[in-house]
Amino acid sequence: MNEKQDIMVPKNLAISESGFLFSPSNGESFTLNELGIWIFKLLQSGKNKKDVLNAIISNYDIDEKYAEYDLEDFLFQLENFSLINRK
Amino acid sequence: MNIAITGLNSTDNPGPGVPVIRSIRAEKKFKGRIIGLVYDSLEPGIYFDDLIESYYTIPYPSSGKNLLLERISYIHKKEKIDLIIPTLDSEILGFISIENDLRKMGIKTFLPTAVQYNLRAKDKLFNLCQKNKIKVPRNILATSLKDIATIQEHFSYPIVVKGIFYDASIAHNFEEAVVAFNKLSLKWGYPIIIQEFVHGSEFNVVALGDGLGNTIGAVAMKKLYITDKGKGWSGVTIDDEEILKISKTAIKAMKWRSGLELEFIKSSTTNEFYLLEINPRFPAWVYLAPNAGQNLPFALVELAMGKKITPFTKYKIGAMFIRTSWDLISDMSTFEKITVNGELKK
Repeated sequence: MNEKQDIMVPKNLAISESGFLFSPSNGESFTLNELGIWIFKLLQSGKNKKDVLNAIISNYDIDEKYAEYDLEDFLFQLENFSLINRK
Repeated sequence: MNIAITGLNSTDNPGPGVPVIRSIRAEKKFKGRIIGLVYDSLEPGIYFDDLIESYYTIPYPSSGKNLLLERISYIHKKEKIDLIIPTLDSEILGFISIENDLRKMGIKTFLPTAVQYNLRAKDKLFNLCQKNKIKVPRNILATSLKDIATIQEHFSYPIVVKGIFYDASIAHNFEEAVVAFNKLSLKWGYPIIIQEFVHGSEFNVVALGDGLGNTIGAVAMKKLYITDKGKGWSGVTIDDEEILKISKTAIKAMKWRSGLELEFIKSSTTNEFYLLEINPRFPAWVYLAPNAGQNLPFALVELAMGKKITPFTKYKIGAMFIRTSWDLISDMSTFEKITVNGELKK
């Protein structure tokens, strides 16, 4: 586990290749787009928010400030649906 | 083995008979015949092929126990019934009252006692939950419009107005509460249960108690689609220890003997489960249970026949059901036989 890990994905949460997410504890299901899948898998692999932000900036032509705004929006939604826990 | 089962009214408010039969038939060990007990010749379960071997009409619960016993006795002479599984709320008490007579005839049942049955009644559930530290919405029992006027001393609108046996509606103000109170009291009598409205998602548990306080099996489900009648039309099994723990506490407290359904709401503000109702029979979605690894209806059959059952400990998470409408094509002769003769052999 990354010592600086600030975002935890519940262990029983699985995402399929198509981006379908099923939360077994409450029966809710979600779909993520390509970028969402990529970010979610980074989080599952133990990356922290800063790692994910750097990965986005390196792979996409986007200003760091806007990337951080968008990432924070996405993380807020994930947290709101109990799909991640933040320290 | 010959098993007689009621509740074949698989309409848009389906009885549990057909899914209970499908569950029993899904068990390879089952070698027997199913006898359908119906109240009406248009109960859709009659018209399924290969589901039930013979059908008999029985008198409505309001006809009293003597007529019911007389009719069962007649059917027993023709069919040699080993076990009767009543599946409708309104008939459970009637069958409890003739349980001893049935036993003398050699017919088994697997029912709660009248005392157990009453512990979970809508007007008693609050006390059961309080005694066993189970979260339950606050309620008042209303017997007059005066009681409706005092609602806001207890909790604020919206509220849930429930009939003593069936039906419920949500009222957002005094006027709506009065309309619901009058409608439900005319239909089902008193008291009317006025319940605090808890915002959240609906979860249900189907379970089987052995009558000694043990839970033989329990499967939790989240409703994915709810009809305008409040019926779950689709659902998925979930992994939640808390909801199963609460269900087992209730079963233990009642020493429930039979199948049952526990209805919960998970508060969106506190994230806690509130127990809304305990129904004294398997629900119409019970066929999900064997498909998730717990054949609770067949386990009931085995318990009724005196067999020892090892309790189920797990089930498949993510098993999903979705209900559908499906036109069955039949012939007037089927309708004629059950209407004119009150019985039908396939």
